[in-house]
Amino acid sequence: MTPAGTETGGRASDLLRSSSQMRRRQRRGLIARFALLAALMVAVAALVTLIVTILNSSFGLVAVENARSPSELVTSRGYAEDTALGDLSKEDLVALLEAEISTNLGRRFEREQRFFDNRLVFEDPYVLNDLCMTDEPPPACYLPARSHSDVEALVVERVVEPTIVGTWSFFSSTFSREEIEAHAAEKYPGAELEHRSWLSWDFVISPQSPEPAIAGIRTALLGSLWVVLITLIFSFPIGVGAAIYLEEYARENRLTAILQTNINNLAGVPSIIYGMLGLAIFVRTLEVITSGSFLGTGGEATANGRTIVSAGLTLGLLILPIIIINAQEAIRAVPGSLRQAGMALGSTRWQTVRSHVLPNALPGILTGTILAVARALGETAPLVVVGASTFITTDPSGPFSKFTVLPIQIYQWTSRPQDEFRNIAAAAILVLLVLLLTLNTAAVILRNKYSRRTA
Amino acid sequence: MTSEALPLAGSLRKRRRPGEAVIRGLLFIAAALSILTTVGIVFELGNEALLFFRSEEASLAEFLSSTHWQPAILDFGIWPLVLSTLTTSVTAMVVALPVGLATAIYLSEYATPRVRGTVKPVLEILAGIPTVVYGYFALTFMTPLLRSILGVSMVEIFNTASAGIVVGILIIPLVSSMSEDALHAVPMSLREASFAVGATKLETSLRVVLPGALSGITAAFVVSISRAIGETMVVAIAAGAGPKNFTFGEDSLFGYILNPFVAGETMTGHIVRISGGDLSYNSIDYNSIFAIGLALFVITLTLNILSRRFVARFREVYE
Repeated sequence: MTPAGTETGGRASDLLRSSSQMRRRQRRGLIARFALLAALMVAVAALVTLIVTILNSSFGLVAVENARSPSELVTSRGYAEDTALGDLSKEDLVALLEAEISTNLGRRFEREQRFFDNRLVFEDPYVLNDLCMTDEPPPACYLPARSHSDVEALVVERVVEPTIVGTWSFFSSTFSREEIEAHAAEKYPGAELEHRSWLSWDFVISPQSPEPAIAGIRTALLGSLWVVLITLIFSFPIGVGAAIYLEEYARENRLTAILQTNINNLAGVPSIIYGMLGLAIFVRTLEVITSGSFLGTGGEATANGRTIVSAGLTLGLLILPIIIINAQEAIRAVPGSLRQAGMALGSTRWQTVRSHVLPNALPGILTGTILAVARALGETAPLVVVGASTFITTDPSGPFSKFTVLPIQIYQWTSRPQDEFRNIAAAAILVLLVLLLTLNTAAVILRNKYSRRTA
Repeated sequence: MTSEALPLAGSLRKRRRPGEAVIRGLLFIAAALSILTTVGIVFELGNEALLFFRSEEASLAEFLSSTHWQPAILDFGIWPLVLSTLTTSVTAMVVALPVGLATAIYLSEYATPRVRGTVKPVLEILAGIPTVVYGYFALTFMTPLLRSILGVSMVEIFNTASAGIVVGILIIPLVSSMSEDALHAVPMSLREASFAVGATKLETSLRVVLPGALSGITAAFVVSISRAIGETMVVAIAAGAGPKNFTFGEDSLFGYILNPFVAGETMTGHIVRISGGDLSYNSIDYNSIFAIGLALFVITLTLNILSRRFVARFREVYE
């Protein structure tokens, strides 16, 4: 580019300042500056919109239709009309069940778990006694009686049978309430409008269910924790070991270069490819081990190789390069003088690493590991390929159980066409984001503490 | 003898330390495991893909030439999947490239420490959000938005454009952080020289710093394309569930084949959909997803290696 004023002499700077060309250039600079700022705002706006979209679906009005109205039920037991179901005694609640559901269904519930310790409501004591003598006694034989809240939940599920017939987002619920009321009164005459927070403690601790109103994420949450645990047990020692080898032991030769390049390349492989690797190796080839059948546990063998172990190992391979690269950086940041001091006192290489390098690199290694775990916690695609279960309601009982994880649950709910599933998907996303935020905050705190110490 | 003259040093030097050797060996195994992972990927994908190409129902020639992917009638042409992948990736790059690069230039050349302090965490959060969440965002926000702007008749419920735009948003942090690193690597003296001859900040940024960081920025773009191609959940949720089969000549090129507003299934989306169902091993479906996986692996690996070449070049110049 040519500067505006090419003349020499004292007048040049005056000319520069006043020349229209200069002003044009500066104006262009200013415009560009705002354009760049606008682009940057796009990124910020995207994040804000994303969060708002999710919050918007997590709360809002719902139209609920009850098969039996709760007020009718409480009056039938002699209570005032505005009494809540939960305020009824357990005896009254069981009596409601007795009056409203069939004896057969009642028997089934009682075989699952008794209503009272001292008496039976639906089942014949002799029949139950006989059943308890068989090889596979029903759970009622060894479980304590149902609690008050269990019975209440059963009454709601089987007698009141609330079904959500319409849902609205938070914004429309807030700003166009009247329209919604008119619309609901016309379309769902028997339904009641109420505010609902799809994210609730009940949502977190309830198991999966085909009914969105009572579905929860406990199964998925426990699955996620199990899978991440296996992932961590597998990839942390190997990842840190590999990093120590590459930073402290490896000579600068061809083999080391190949190892390093390979690790960098693995970090860029799409996650779904790891899923296919996991499917081929852990699920199929190592089925005897990953299904748990080598332990002789016949009951769990139904999972084939599609178990928590397979999922955990697959994600372990996926985050291994991330852990290695982060741990390498942490180890590299340890000053060489520490190593030399250790060596000068006559310690061997491993003694130096163990007592000097690792303690100093540990906060950095942990920070990197936490971030890698956060990555594993949010991975979906590889686990779909490995074979997460589409619908399970039982909690995982161990590493050889079938599994589902939180992101898989979100994926499945999002793929359903009904609105209510979108709402619980949004609520599940909130739980996932809170988990990830906690992990990331922990990593940041660790990093800050660490950098203050070395500074 | 030397060992008598220097008893201590001699014995130390000669003492065997089996424990040290074992530890060294274990650490080496840990490092070598990553090689095994690569071998595993290449072997398993290659092996299953070979079974697929050797089977009677499919051939490599058909795989690379046919424009129909219909496993039900044993049509296995990868082009419908590749074209949808290209559509989403190009859309993603159209979003991520300008925004990411502009963000990088602003952060590196203009921003005050305070602005950096706010924007950097925002980008880190964007990068840390799981892709399934972006999928939800694409389906429940971006698609309705596109449909209300462009009309319901023009934009299908599942479409590659909305998936592509959201993939673009999700790789903005990648583009901007890699580009910023490249811009940072340009020596201060170049900027000072430019200011000294009277260039404005914009002129310096665009004509001195940007060309100086070009190889690093190219690397960022290449990695981002690779990331967009390998991205799975967003396209699995929002782009559509069925390969967009087409016939040249019959289907209109811009109305259908390259139209981003119609549904299309990408390579990754297809793998997820097929393996999500009950898949029996040794079936042609099972083998076919490994053939797609191999193609995906080769494409992304090539792009990643290419990108590393570019990075190596800009390191050579300035460091």
